[in-house]
Amino acid sequence: MTKYELRIIKSKVISVILTFITIVSTFPFLLVLYFIMKNGISVINWEFLTSLPKPVGEPGGGILNAIIGTAILVTIALILSVPFGILAGIYLAERSETKIAFISRLVSEILQGVPSIVIGIIAYLWVVKPIGYFSALSGGVALGIIMLPLVIKSTEEILKLIPHELKEASLALGVPYYKTILKVMIPAGLSGILTGVLTGIARIAGETAPLLFTAFGNPFLSFNILKPISALPLLIFTYAISPYENWWAKAWGASCILVFFVLSLNIITRLISTRR
Amino acid sequence: MSDIVLRTENLTASYDEHIAVKNVNLSIVRNKITAIMGPSGCGKTTLIRCFNRMHELSPKARVEGKVFLIENSNEVIDIYSVDPMLVRRKIGMVFQKPNPFPTMSIYENVIAGYILNGIRLKKSDADEIVEETLKKVSLWDEVKDQLRKKGAFLSGGQQQRLCIARALAMKPDVILLDEPTSALDPVATMKIEELLEQLKNTVTIVIVTHNVGQAGRVSDYVAFMYLGELVEYGPTDVIFTRPSHEKTEEFLSGKIG
Amino acid sequence: MANQSTKKLELSKDSLFNLLLVVSAVLLVMLGVGFFLSLFQASLISLKEFGLSFFVKAEWDPVQERFGALPFIYGTLLTSFIALAISLPFSIAISIVLGEYFQKGFFAEVLRYLTELIAGVPSVVLGFWGLFFLVPIIRELEMKFDLPPYGVGIFTASLILAFMILPYSASIGKDAMRLVPNELKEAAYALGTTRWEMIKKIMLPYARSGIIAGIILSLGRALGETMAVTMVIGNYHGIPENIFSPGNTIASVIANEFTEATGEVYLSSLMYLGLTLFIVTTVVNIIGRFVLKKLQSQR
Repeated sequence: MTKYELRIIKSKVISVILTFITIVSTFPFLLVLYFIMKNGISVINWEFLTSLPKPVGEPGGGILNAIIGTAILVTIALILSVPFGILAGIYLAERSETKIAFISRLVSEILQGVPSIVIGIIAYLWVVKPIGYFSALSGGVALGIIMLPLVIKSTEEILKLIPHELKEASLALGVPYYKTILKVMIPAGLSGILTGVLTGIARIAGETAPLLFTAFGNPFLSFNILKPISALPLLIFTYAISPYENWWAKAWGASCILVFFVLSLNIITRLISTRR
Repeated sequence: MSDIVLRTENLTASYDEHIAVKNVNLSIVRNKITAIMGPSGCGKTTLIRCFNRMHELSPKARVEGKVFLIENSNEVIDIYSVDPMLVRRKIGMVFQKPNPFPTMSIYENVIAGYILNGIRLKKSDADEIVEETLKKVSLWDEVKDQLRKKGAFLSGGQQQRLCIARALAMKPDVILLDEPTSALDPVATMKIEELLEQLKNTVTIVIVTHNVGQAGRVSDYVAFMYLGELVEYGPTDVIFTRPSHEKTEEFLSGKIG
Repeated sequence: MANQSTKKLELSKDSLFNLLLVVSAVLLVMLGVGFFLSLFQASLISLKEFGLSFFVKAEWDPVQERFGALPFIYGTLLTSFIALAISLPFSIAISIVLGEYFQKGFFAEVLRYLTELIAGVPSVVLGFWGLFFLVPIIRELEMKFDLPPYGVGIFTASLILAFMILPYSASIGKDAMRLVPNELKEAAYALGTTRWEMIKKIMLPYARSGIIAGIILSLGRALGETMAVTMVIGNYHGIPENIFSPGNTIASVIANEFTEATGEVYLSSLMYLGLTLFIVTTVVNIIGRFVLKKLQSQR
């Protein structure tokens, strides 16, 4: 065998090894998925989805309080972050060179990297402390702050990608600036903004840490945003570290629902953004 | 020159420190085609962007001097003393690259000026405007069965004619065309040039081009700009046969540009 | 043509819209500044009481109200760096495989999804899985090696962290590899190199700053990751003896004790921990983004 042939063989062997390592690195994900399905699917039924938890020891009961709670928390977060985020994103795209733009872009990037538990502390300081008790509102604020940079970034980036000519075309028709932005630019960039919002929902729906001392959890059904509220991830946490086998089963069921929801959002998001 | 529609007085325009248009005095004749030609970077695009106040949208842009629009009713408007949005509805613009709105259908693109400005049209009026305008730009027969589709499947030339239609639909006094054929193939270019000839009965046309041939083919009047200054302006046949300025002659013979 | 009064309205709507844009940008800045100030103010009691000795003292005693964060800082750094070390070879392998061997096609797409989707699994679910799947395995391993069979501990937490951060570093690394200009690769092939030699000598050096940025940004993630770590680290307040001992991280202490904290000094010390975490992750992230931006501005 010549030296050159050896080098080629070495190159091939390494490529096989690296591909193998890559395939191995997908195992944890597949294992998690398998484990959750195995333990969770059998728990899920109509009662599980539509009834409230029962006291320990009593059979049956469900997680309706957590499903509703997560829906309410995510809604509050969306209301707080989407309009604000889109406006800030427009500012960053349209006046990208100003000093304010520079600083607020930095703030947005910093916020994106802040651990979610620290954001929970802020929501505690800003909402829980002044009101005096844990509340859905404070949880929504925490999740909204987590979501904000994602909305800002996707808005800014998509607006910058839209050809300049489109804006000029609208302005040249005598269309006022605000209508040009809201009726021409935003619709043209809608898929990008939507991607950001969906990514954000997928992220916050599974967040637990910032809810521990804001939304706090609630074994009963609650629609009051000034009272503590349950959430899927909170319920999973509480049940997972409990000593009751019955609760573990419920936690697997809830995990199954949460993971299914989050992963399908992720996949939808990818489909939207690759189609663009 | 009798019937003037657009007149500039000592118009100077700059970006930051760079003066793009120097002290231009120019009168555009109604219902004629005026070509503004010159080598790239001579300020011809900036000049027409001053006519409909698009220039001021560029960062650090400045304009001095005056531009007057004389409407059919002989009312004179100092365009820098009124709302720019009003000016832009009276003076339409077509750009280098065809830019129909991607989120709108062909039908909506034609009346985009109305839709976006929030001017409500009766269905019958809208239909009429769309049909009439698309006929004017000879696009009607090609798209009449696909009006509700988005314009992305149209060819570049068709898209550009759609953009001309979009400007015409607002019934402007003047339309400004900024090198409208530079992104098109020769056949599509020829179609647009023929179209302009038909349109001048209803609207005054100002076309920017760096293509001498195009200026010669389509225009009634021609202005030659060089380094931001208006070098020469007059009837096209006069300028093309007996240019009075050395630079104009050099440009026409292809020595500069 | 619209009449003059509606025109005026449009004009004022335009300035209102512009104002709205400026206000939202300014509000964002205020949010950032307020964020830091609130956290700082809440930490003040503890900050005055313990100062910088907070970072070098190892006692955490709510009864005596004496607080030092050393074990948690140690635990945070230890878990994060072990996680980085575990994920690094995988991250580089994925970067090479998806950045060069399989750039397009069905297999590449599936592989990319599978390597990235774990980032979408909520932290609490990973922790739950870790508790019921990983912890028993680690416990058996520990028994084989005559270690105290906790199951939970620094190593278990690091392992889960490694799974969690892998998608971040791998995806940034992959992007960096794909940005290597084709001409460079072809130039290497034209000199008779094999594919692996080309990767090693041309692509990896070229993509180096991207790979480093990915590592730094995933470190930022690891430092602040809370739930999964909290569930499997064992929540022990002392300094861990070895990497299989139980421990705590800054984030896990906050998660566990925040709602139970009684007394101003206790709560303020938890805030101080939060402030520390905020500052450290922010610095790490800014460095990571700076490296990434330098890479992007290279071209």
